[in-house]
Formats: sequence, C-alpha cells, structure tokens
Amino acid sequence: MGKLFRYLRDYRKECILGPLFKLLEASFELLVPLVVAAMIDDGIASGDRGLVLRLGLLLVGLALVGLASSITAQYFAAKAAVHFAGTLRSRLFAHIQGLSFSQQDGLGSATLITRMTSDINQVQTGVNMGLRLLLRSPFIVFGALFMACTIDLRAASVFAVAIAVLCAVVFGLMLWSIPRYRRVQQNLDGLLAMTRENLAGVRVLRAFGKELEEVRAFNGQNEKLTRFSLFVGRVMALMNPVTYILINLALVVLIHTGAVRVQLGILTQGQVVALVNYMSQILVELIKMANLILTITKAWACGNRIEALLEVPLEPGGRETAPPEGPAVVFDHVGLTYRAAGGEALTDLTFTVPRGTVFGIIGGTGAGKSSVAQLIPGFYHPTAGRVLVDGLETSAWDDGALRARVGLVPQKATLFRGTIRSNLLWGNPGATEEDLLRALDMAQAADVVRSKKKGLDAPVEQGGRNFSGGQRQRLTIARALVRRPEILILDDAASALDYATDARLRRALRALEDTTVIVVSQRTASIRFADQILVLDDGKAVGLGTHETLLETCGVYREIYDSQYKKEAQP
Amino acid sequence: MNQKKTLLRVLRFLRPQGPLIAASLLLAAATVAMTLYIPIVTGQAVDLLLGPGRVDFAALLRLLVRAAVVAGLTGLGQWLMNLCNNHITLNTVRNLRTAAFRRLQVLPMAYLDGHSSGDTVSRIIADVDQFSDGLLMGFTQLFTGVLTIVGTIAFMLSVNVTITLVVVLVTPVSLVVAAFIARKTYDMFRLQSQTRGEQTALIDEMIGGQKVVQAFGREGAVQGQFDEINDRLTRYSLRAIFFSSITNPATRFINSLVYAGVGIVGALSVMAGRLSVGQLTMFLSYANQYTKPFNEISGVVTELQNALACAGRVFDLLDEPTEPADAPDAAAPNPGQVAGRVALERVDFSYTADKPLIEGMDLQVEPGQHIAIVGPTGCGKTTLINLLMRFYDVRGGAITVDGTDIRRIRRANLRAAYGMVLQDTWLKTATIRENIAMGRPDATDAQIEEAARLAHAHSFIRRLPQGYDTVLSGGGEMLSQGQRQLLCIARVMLCHPPMLILDEATSSIDTRTEMKIQSAFLRLMEGRTSFLVAHRLSTIREADRILVMRDGHLVEQGTHEELLERGGFYAELYNSQFAP
Repeated sequence: MGKLFRYLRDYRKECILGPLFKLLEASFELLVPLVVAAMIDDGIASGDRGLVLRLGLLLVGLALVGLASSITAQYFAAKAAVHFAGTLRSRLFAHIQGLSFSQQDGLGSATLITRMTSDINQVQTGVNMGLRLLLRSPFIVFGALFMACTIDLRAASVFAVAIAVLCAVVFGLMLWSIPRYRRVQQNLDGLLAMTRENLAGVRVLRAFGKELEEVRAFNGQNEKLTRFSLFVGRVMALMNPVTYILINLALVVLIHTGAVRVQLGILTQGQVVALVNYMSQILVELIKMANLILTITKAWACGNRIEALLEVPLEPGGRETAPPEGPAVVFDHVGLTYRAAGGEALTDLTFTVPRGTVFGIIGGTGAGKSSVAQLIPGFYHPTAGRVLVDGLETSAWDDGALRARVGLVPQKATLFRGTIRSNLLWGNPGATEEDLLRALDMAQAADVVRSKKKGLDAPVEQGGRNFSGGQRQRLTIARALVRRPEILILDDAASALDYATDARLRRALRALEDTTVIVVSQRTASIRFADQILVLDDGKAVGLGTHETLLETCGVYREIYDSQYKKEAQP
Repeated sequence: MNQKKTLLRVLRFLRPQGPLIAASLLLAAATVAMTLYIPIVTGQAVDLLLGPGRVDFAALLRLLVRAAVVAGLTGLGQWLMNLCNNHITLNTVRNLRTAAFRRLQVLPMAYLDGHSSGDTVSRIIADVDQFSDGLLMGFTQLFTGVLTIVGTIAFMLSVNVTITLVVVLVTPVSLVVAAFIARKTYDMFRLQSQTRGEQTALIDEMIGGQKVVQAFGREGAVQGQFDEINDRLTRYSLRAIFFSSITNPATRFINSLVYAGVGIVGALSVMAGRLSVGQLTMFLSYANQYTKPFNEISGVVTELQNALACAGRVFDLLDEPTEPADAPDAAAPNPGQVAGRVALERVDFSYTADKPLIEGMDLQVEPGQHIAIVGPTGCGKTTLINLLMRFYDVRGGAITVDGTDIRRIRRANLRAAYGMVLQDTWLKTATIRENIAMGRPDATDAQIEEAARLAHAHSFIRRLPQGYDTVLSGGGEMLSQGQRQLLCIARVMLCHPPMLILDEATSSIDTRTEMKIQSAFLRLMEGRTSFLVAHRLSTIREADRILVMRDGHLVEQGTHEELLERGGFYAELYNSQFAP
C-alpha cells in the first residue's frame, strides 16, 4: 500500500490542508470544556450573568469557526481521495493493458477486474476517511489528555491509563481482523467468479437443466461467505461495547480521584466537570477512531493487492522501429515452452517466409499452429532459437511498431462494444470510408453490413454477441485488412465460415500482392494453394513444402488430405 | 425505481428477519435507557463534590458502583445488539444475492443477450456489497439514534422543562439541514453508481478481450475511452462524497449551538437556584448525546441513500420479467419417452419486432432422421437452435415435439431431450470428470471414461497432470479450442439424449480426429433425431435430409444427391468448395 501514496503527490496541497483544517476544528472543540468550566467556576460562583452570556457567545463563535474549517477540510479530503482513486484506476488500467500475454494467462481476468473495481473503491474510502480523521482522532484523544494535565496531573494519570488500555484493545482487535477480512474478500471474489461463469455459460447450463444445481453451488459459496463474515463480525462487535465499558470505568475512577482532590481543596467542582467532559470527548473520538481503523485496514489490504499487481514488472519490449531488410518471417530453431507448462509447445522449428508469399500451417488439435501464429507479432517470445520479422528478432522490435505491421485475425473472434465502424477503425484509425468498404468486401462481410439498417454505424454489443459466429469472424478479418498489413495472419479464422464464403475469401486474399499471408487451418482446402505449407504434429515440423510435394512426401499431410477429399470428391 | 418504492422493497425483503429485528430493537431500547441513566448518576456524584472537606464519600461510592454496574450491562447489551444486527445484515445480503442469482437462471435469454455481463455481475456483487455496508450502518445507528433522542427528551423533561425546550427547539433545524443534504446526495450517488456500472462494463470487456487490444495496438485508444469515463466518475464521486460529508460538520455545528444554549440557560438556572451543578453536567452530557444521534442519523441517511441507489439496481434486476413459467399442466416427458418427431408449423421469428428473420417456416422431421442445416453464415441456423431449445419462443406458428407444442412441455424436460454441442465451447470451473458428467452427475467413472474415449478425449485427458481430476479454470484456458470441444462432445456422449443439436461442433477439430469423431457421432446419432449445423459437407452428406437456409428462409430441402441434381443454391455452395 505504501508505494501507492505517490499517486497522492499531485494532491499534496489537499493532503496537507485537509487534515490541517481538521486539526483546527479539533482545537476549537478542545477549548469547549475549559469555557464551560469557567462558566461554572467563575460565572456561577460570582453570579455574573454578563460573563455567562459572553462565555456562551464564545461557544457559538467556536462552533462557527469549527464549521467553516470542517467543511473546508471535508472538501480537500474528498478531492484528494477521489482524484487519487481516479489516477490510480487509470494507472492500474494502463498497467494491466501493458501485461504480456503470458502474464495475463497467469493472473486471470477475474482478479484483474476485482482490483480495478471494488479494491480501488475501498482504497478511495480509506484515503478519504484517513485524511479526515486519522490526525483528528488521535489529536483529540491526546489533546484531551494534555488539557486534563493542565488542570490536574494526578487526575490526568487516570486518562493516561485509560487511553493505554483502550489502545491495546482497539489495536489488538484490529490486528486480529486484518487477515480475516482478507479471507472474507477472497470468498467474495469466488462468488464473483461464479456469477461471471454462470453468465458466460448460460446456454449450456440451461441446455443441461443445471439452473437449480448452479443456484445450489452459488448458495454454498454464499453461505460460506456469510458464515465467515458472521464469525469475523462477532469478534469485531466487541469493539464498541468494550471501549464503552472501559471509558465509563475510567469515568468512575476519575470522579473518585476528583472527589479526593476536591476534599483536599486542590480541585474545584467546575474543574472536575471539565475533566468529565474531556473524558466523554475521548469516548466519542475513540469510537470514531476504531471505525476509522477498520475502514483503513480494509483499504490497506485492498491497497496491498493493487500494489502487488502494479509491481508485476512489465516485460520490456525492444526499441527498434526501423528494421534492416529481410524476409518477412524467419523461424530459426525455435522452441517455445509456456509458463507453468510441463513440456515444449513447439520444438526446433526452422523455416523462412519470403515477402509477398502465402504460407500455410496445418496440423491437428494441439499441434502448435496457434503458437506459431502468436510468436510472429511477439505476443510470446521463443524460449529457444529466434523469430525474425523483416530481418529483426521479435524481442528487439518495439512492440507497437511490430504489431502495426501485422494484421492478426485470432481464433476467437472478439468484437467490442461500439459500432461496426468503430470496430473496423481499430485496424487503422485513419482509414477512410472507402478503405473500410474495400476491407469488408474482401472479407466477404459486405452483406453483414448491408443487412443492418444503420450499415457501418450499426451498434455492436459487448463481445459482438449481437452477431453470429460467422459474422463476427468476417468482421474481424475485415478489421485486420483495414490496416493493410504487411503480414496478415489468419489463425484458423475461417472455421465458422461455410466453404463457399471461405473460398471467395481465399480468392480475395490472393489479390493482395504486397502482403505476406499466413494461414493457419485444419482444412487442406484453405491452404492447398499456399506457396509453402508447414505441417505440424505435436509441436514439431513433419513436413514443409507445396501441396503437391507434401502429398508425395508427408504421410501426415496425405492422411489429412484424404480424410477431407476422398469422401467429398465430386460424384 | 424511485427511492420510496425501493425502501418499501427493502423493508419487505427484511421481513424474514423480523424476530432478530425485534430483539435488536429491544436491546437498543435497553442500552439507550442505561446509557442515558449513567449521566444522571454521575451528575449526582458531581453534586456531592461541594468543596474541601464537604464530600460525602459513602454516598459517592454507592453512586459510582451503580454507574460501573450499569456501564457493564450496557456494554453487554450493545454487544448482543451488534450480533443481531450482523445477522440481520449478512442474512439479508445473502438472501439478496441468492435471489438475484436465482433470478438470473430464469431470465429470458433476450435479457442476458442484451445486457453486458459486467453490469449484471456488478449488481450482484458490488451493489449488494455497498447496500450491505449502508444497511449495517443504518441498522446499528438508526434505531439507537432515534431511541436516544426520544429517551433524552424524556429524561431531560423529568429534570428541567426550560432547558429541555431550548434543546428541542433547535431540533427541527437539524432535521431540515440533514434532509436537504440527503436529497442532494441521493442524485449524486445515483449518477456515481451509474457511471461506475458503465466503467465496470468497459473494464470487463477490455480485460476480457485484451489480447486483441494489444494485437491492434489499441491500448492508447482504450485508455482514452477508459479515462473519459474515469474522469466523469471522478467528477460525480467528488460531488457525491463532498455533499455527503457536509452532513457531519453541519449537524455538529447545530450540536454545538445546543451545547452553548444549554450552557447559558443552565448556568443562569443554577444561579437562580433552579438547578444544581451536577444537573447542569448531566444536561451538558445529554446535549452531547442528544445531538450525536442526529450526526449519525444524517450520516446514516446519506449512507442509506447510497445503499438505496444500489438496492434499486439490484431490485431492478430482481423485477426483470422472467421467462413465462411452465404451464402447470405442461407435459414432462422423460428423455427416454421422447420419440423425436419434430415439426415446425408456419413459424415466424425475429429478435426485434421490426426486423423479421424467420418467416412461415414449415418442417417435418420423423424420429431418427438426421437433418443437416446448411447455408451461408447469418442465414438463421443459430436462430433455429435458439427456437428448438426454447431459448427464445416463436412469435408466430408453433414447434412441436411428438405432436405436442413445445410451449406445453416443461422447459427442463424439453432441453433434457436434446444433446447440444455449441459453437462456443463453454466449460465449468470444475474437474474434467465433473464437466463430462454435467448431464449425468450419477455417472460412474467407467461410464465417464467410456464417453471420453468415444469422443477421443480420453488420450489427452490422461496426459494431463491430474488426469480426470484436473481442475479446469477460466473456461478451460489451458486446453486448446479443439480439446475443449472434445470435452463438450464427451459431455453429450454420456447423456444419450433422444435428439441432438450439433452446432458447427466439429469446426475447430482437426480432420484426423474429426473422422474418428464422425464415426462416433454416427453411432450416437443412430436412431436419434439429429439437427446438424455444419460446414463440413462430408458430415452433411450422411444426413437423411439437408435443409438449405438463406436469409431466414428454407430455400431447398432434400438429400445430397437430389439437391446436387437440382443444381440450385446447394449445388453452388457445394461446388465452391473446390473453387480456387
């Protein structure tokens, strides 16, 4: 949490002024019992009505100044806290966006979302309350102690003991609760993950009639969360009653001590009243402080989790933006082992894709086709050997510059909320209407747009779920084409397309002369006309060549081909 | 939903907690009374401190012991009350979450397809949390607050009427101020809550699709979008928090006025001999205690405003109309009793009323027939599945199974009669075993393995570190798309439903495996009515009948040979496969 405070730097003024005005208010509050003591001892004793009225007006004056300083303080505290949270949110979001693919795989999106939302909210509340009360409460507590000392040292010793015992109780309970609140939060995270999963799989769950079972599982986790929260709550519920009892016991002792001192003529009745007033101020403040510490503890735990995420180091990219000339893509004895994976996903791959050619990759499920595709834009870096794009190693490339040359159509067609146009512009924000239409045409997606009343400006919902799988795929292909990429990677991107559309798409892509096209597919039809075809099996290259040579030399390729063509050969 | 209605809903929701609430109220009354009693005792004690040599220690000691005992009892009462309140709040939160989640299970697909899941999740988790925070504070403080005020007035009246009047006269000012601030704050909190929902939806979407964001180097643009919402949120939050935090100083100020008033009038009364110094101490102590609840109540009011705004969003979800319930006399055939005769009679359907999609579709499927549905993307194949499974209801005409309108069959029974493999694979966070056994939780390990073997999933499952006990997290991120699909197939293999819906199920599985799967499918499909949506013509040609769809219409139907002979749209589709 500590390191997060640097995001408060821009609000240093607010962070100082807020608590300062709070202290000012507190100081005025501390004067009140003294004024009342003067009323009793001087005003009442001497029967001076004028003095009583003047002292009364002084109380009103103190209250007015207190009000002004307090509102000022609240404003500064709110401003600092809200802007702190805003900056932190923006910063954290930027950091999350900078995480590499393998880091994202490791962290999981549910965690990232909780950090971004409820954790930051808690921190905001913590900072706000902290700025308002963290200084004020101890100030009143110790101020009251100090003022008591000025009245009578002996009586004040009662205060000192009371404060020490109270602090021990309050902080003891706090320390106990911190790790337990963390567990409450973890349980809540579990509930969140469950809800998300349920929404994502709603069709399958309903198809299997799992609704009741889902509710039961949710109830189980919910019950667990509730039970544990109750347990923590049971202990924390002791806080206020125990402090209350302690304060009143102290009050009893104080009056007794005061009585002895009055008997001896050391104290007056009014002074004892003042002492009693200070004692009740301490009670009020300590309860506030206890609640404050609770809030801050929660916030601190959340802050630590945010900090931990911010401290995940971003993997440094290269800086090179202008490559030496070279073939479009070169794999040089490339091996890839995913983080936390047992074995290699790719083993010793070597091939060269010359500029402007079409390169096909085919192979079974889990053969490593997507891994090859993801290495080219530098999403992952090889754990052995080198991958070169335009003659430069992907790790030396500036990520942005490298990816700007690549148009990737991922296996999972993802669109984003907005319009068809806004999604296409992802490919190239400067694209003209003509560019968009040309790309849509090539991607065989023109009819998708035509079928929408608003055309290019038809709304796209979150994840593009108002489009069918095939429509999404064609739109994502168009998106990649809009950027007129040097290297176009289709990662099994036509899987949801029917053969006719797929064929028209292939024909259109062939017309791209300067573009190197890398096609990952399971269908020989999609890649048979490629200049080179790489056949993968279990992460290893088992064939490399043209369709014709592979049919003769590569057993795996022939097997795949036969499985698709023998049955489908035209009658 | 307006504030008042929301409040009524909250109260109705609290009804089951009645006994606990009653206990809490009783304890609150007892502790408040005792809390108020202590200043009287200490006041009397202060009155005994008349001056040097004039203190009656015996009487003093009696009073002090009494004060200590009462304080102890008060503490005990407070603790018990806190326990009650915790139970009330946490139970309510639990019930609310359960109710919301239960609701999700019966909301029409149209709602779920039309709302961002991030927003829905935020209602069930974050909003309920905010609601609970507000409710907890509200419970603890609202009752004690009100009781303290009433109690204090009663105690004060019993001692001195004049000073009590001073105190009571200031009260309305306090209430007016608090009410004014509360109204302002509610609007701000509502805005804040809305903007927060908007932001959560964006976070959800962008973090989910982050790899694409990075692939297109859109980090900057997305950040810009985020910051725009974030700036708005910051602005609304600042206003909401500032307005709500004015409440405290404002009421504290009024508190101080009361205190000053009691001081002046009290001191004058003491001079006039109508009051003792001890009683003045008691009044001053009351003046503090009396207005403190106003602070708290107004604090609670703003907190409750926020809580109510959140509750409103939760209740909006709870009040969403559900899918029409199954008719009480709806048929509930066991999957085993379903023959599998499916008919569509003049079916009309569209997602939005103004955009007709499927119009006047007729279809007769005999038990055991294999129907392949082909057509260009977007022709309505997925929609047909939505209708067969009753994820959506037809707008006109009817769909029947074994002659019964499916709207007269219980949804659960209808769906259980289908085995479905969807285009988007979805797996649960659970072990592989549990995933496969989803449709038949009572299946034995041997049956599960057999299903996996038939779906050709057994070999890769066995190679996983924990085999069948490997826990899939995040929808099976660790598996390839094809492996996930194999699991989905195994899931259906195990159920042996009388009817099958296979939606492009084999599209991401390599053809070598696909061949084997196809044979397994053929075995599975034997004697079962099957609807296949696929692009693999090799799969389709085995079908008894092929439906060719285009723009929501059934344009051709027949066998592979018939359709090729006809030389229509199907022939065009088929031939294009070999086009260069």
